[in-house]
Amino acid sequence: MEMPPLDPAILARRSDIVAALRAIVPGEGVIDDLDGMRPYECDALSAYRQMPMVVVLPETAAQVAAILRYCQDHKVKVVPRGGGTSLSGGSMPIGDGILLAMGKFNRVLEIDYANRCARVQPGVTNLGVTKAVEHEGFYYAPDPSSQIACSIGGNVAENSGGVHCLKYGLTTNNLLGIEMVLMNGEIVRLGGKHLDSGGYDLLGLMTGSEGLLGVVTEVTVRLLRKPSTARAVLLGFPTEAGAADCVAAVIASGIIPGGMEMMDKDATKCAEAYVGAGYPLDAEGLLIVELDGPPVEVDYLVERVAEIAKGRGATTIRVSHDEQERVLFWAGRKAAFPAVGQISPDYMCLDGSVPRGKLVEVLAEMRRLSKQYGLRVVNVFHAGDGNLHPLILFDANDPAELKRCEELGADILRLCVRVGGVLTGEHGVGIEKRDLMGEQFTEIDLEQQMRVKCAFDPDHLLNPGKVFPKLRRCAELGRLVVTQNNIPFPDIPRF
Amino acid sequence: MTGTIKPRDAKELRQAVEWALNDGVTLDVRGESSKLALGKPMKCDQVLDLSGISGIVDYAPEELVVTLRAGTPMREVETLLAQRNQMLAFEPPDLGPLLGREAGQGTLVGTVMGNLAGSRRLSAGAARDHLLGFSGVNGRGEAFKSGGRVMKNVTGYDLSKVVAGSWGTLAVLDEVSVKVLPAPDQTATLMLLGLDDAAAVRAMCAAMGSPHEVSGAAHLPGRTALRLEGVAPSVEARLKGLRELMAEAGAAMEELGTLESRAFWREVRDVVPLKAAADAVIWKISCPPTEGPAILARIKAQRLDAQAFYDWSGGLIWLALPPSSDADHTIVRGALGTTGGHATLIRAPETVRAAVPVFQPQSPALATLATRVKESFDPKGLFNPGRMG
Repeated sequence: MEMPPLDPAILARRSDIVAALRAIVPGEGVIDDLDGMRPYECDALSAYRQMPMVVVLPETAAQVAAILRYCQDHKVKVVPRGGGTSLSGGSMPIGDGILLAMGKFNRVLEIDYANRCARVQPGVTNLGVTKAVEHEGFYYAPDPSSQIACSIGGNVAENSGGVHCLKYGLTTNNLLGIEMVLMNGEIVRLGGKHLDSGGYDLLGLMTGSEGLLGVVTEVTVRLLRKPSTARAVLLGFPTEAGAADCVAAVIASGIIPGGMEMMDKDATKCAEAYVGAGYPLDAEGLLIVELDGPPVEVDYLVERVAEIAKGRGATTIRVSHDEQERVLFWAGRKAAFPAVGQISPDYMCLDGSVPRGKLVEVLAEMRRLSKQYGLRVVNVFHAGDGNLHPLILFDANDPAELKRCEELGADILRLCVRVGGVLTGEHGVGIEKRDLMGEQFTEIDLEQQMRVKCAFDPDHLLNPGKVFPKLRRCAELGRLVVTQNNIPFPDIPRF
Repeated sequence: MTGTIKPRDAKELRQAVEWALNDGVTLDVRGESSKLALGKPMKCDQVLDLSGISGIVDYAPEELVVTLRAGTPMREVETLLAQRNQMLAFEPPDLGPLLGREAGQGTLVGTVMGNLAGSRRLSAGAARDHLLGFSGVNGRGEAFKSGGRVMKNVTGYDLSKVVAGSWGTLAVLDEVSVKVLPAPDQTATLMLLGLDDAAAVRAMCAAMGSPHEVSGAAHLPGRTALRLEGVAPSVEARLKGLRELMAEAGAAMEELGTLESRAFWREVRDVVPLKAAADAVIWKISCPPTEGPAILARIKAQRLDAQAFYDWSGGLIWLALPPSSDADHTIVRGALGTTGGHATLIRAPETVRAAVPVFQPQSPALATLATRVKESFDPKGLFNPGRMG
């Protein structure tokens, strides 16, 4: 993975930069020794590591503003970091840049049940929001698997999803407002406790911008009332196609489940060995369908889903009868990644999204690619919204195998794009999928995105080397060559 | 004299913009012109008419996605979805009659450009939440795309969000993919009678915070309406639960069945209950729900003859004021105070819209950023110049 070359002029000024940061953030908020910086050398994409030039942990928006203003004035690069759980290298440090760690922004500022929202600092964990309101029967809907550790600020940067986003949406659909600091040190507020924007929807643009446009210093999220009941249905099918058909049929019948997850036979076996959830080991495709809402609705829908599954040849149909059993059905799915970790030294987790109707085709082609590369692929995915999480098993100690794994991963993502899908459904582009952006976007598509980046950060100082395969200078991107009278008058109807 | 240019496909659209760029021609971008009277008045060199780039490209009900061309009329989309018991969940309003046009006009893309939504905004989001991706032309005459046709996608910036609600000032779209959802089998409305504004908003907020999945909460003078949707046994059970919860408010209650409910919420969606006089000025105020009554009270303290109703649990105020040369914009925006939120001048004579800010004025830092974003798409200001100004 190639990162932009280090700037020797910046590295030569390291002690000045550290001193300037100490003047802004006093005490232990600036870390410049190797041992102290070690915990920050990677995020959850741990195959790639890089020590930052210096780590700074501000505590106030004013400090963040002063840091960014200093960096803008002195052309120093900055990488923001929340919980450090990015699976795409979104918060991987750069060697000649500051790592801006937002961990001290960890307070819940306000809970407003009447307006159904919570105002929190960005370092509060995703689960921390729910924990703060669940005693009143409320929760925060997006639930990425890393929710005990990932931060709300990071969720905004990555537009995080989770198991329940088919019904309840991604971060972008559950976010009401933010305060953020621009690269020039200005502090601005977008949204609030009201809905929609009076001007351009910059809040929507910020969500999922992977820390390249601004640094979030406060977040207002929508709270939802917890559904009164939830039940899970476990469905085993003799073929993957049967399971995939069932997913399509459930949705076509007008049911939007709270969650609809699929596992292939290998993933089922691993998960069962790991947690003993009682999964049927003969099933080629296993579905977990969760229905939530008022008890009478859930009972009604459970029956309809079971009927649909029977019609598609399900050989196992089990409905959870109490909360304990529902949690058990999910336990295997939630532990699927660590379970796979038990049978292989390493695994790479992919994140392509495809139209649901292409699931069977994509699974078959993935099998073929797996054979071709001689690497096992295990599949766990959010079937309801077509978001795949193929896990490629490999040994990172073998450099040749790592390379083969990266190539297989790239081929699988190309396959997703070819069938009308996308490179990443919820993990983000980061550094991991950066060089594949050309598979999904044309040069012009990417230039338009980079121009938006230039509107926020004209010197490419914020999280550089992420998302875009090739950084182009903003002056060059902004150039407009107008050729007077050079274009033939188009043959278009005019009035 | 303004001419009209009417491309027939994406290629001709790109050529038209390229020509406009080269000749320095500004474009008034239109679908069916149903919302022409909304926004700052513009003086453009040409009308760019998108009605020739029309039609459904692909509709896959089991994928919950419809892909269509920019000029496709909303009525065509809604008819198509209804055949498969699906809908646009953001409840696109028909503002035509409010804006002096016929009902049933307008395109889906026009609704997206205004990021409009009806009562279900509360539970299902606005147009911006349902735009999965688009292709179009930027102000450099370049064809580009963003997003896709799948539900979950975080590949690159979410340009769909910033294009939705841009009133055609960033890019001219030729195709969009939009998320659709199953239409509810049944709809019921619990009507609370005789509550004042403050009590009504308290009741609506309590209902929204209940587990009964209320999908619409509007307060009209004397009537506070709570909507429940879904399969029959569920609606029935939730209606019973909601009735018990609302008994605390001490108001008399009525229920509306599915057909009556649909008609009622269609009227709320289209702002019919405002009963605005033909020459009244109309504002739309988005605010924190609990602030709604105080904001309206501040306005009414200065304009006794203001008429209004609430949607979005109190977070949306539709306001009609008697005609005036400045649409009372300082009174309306002053009433927002420090609550956050924004007020948009939805209807006023052209001279008034030319004189006062139609959209909520922004802080200098945000206004600068918005200008830079605009320039990143349309550096020469070809598209709908000044419409959001």
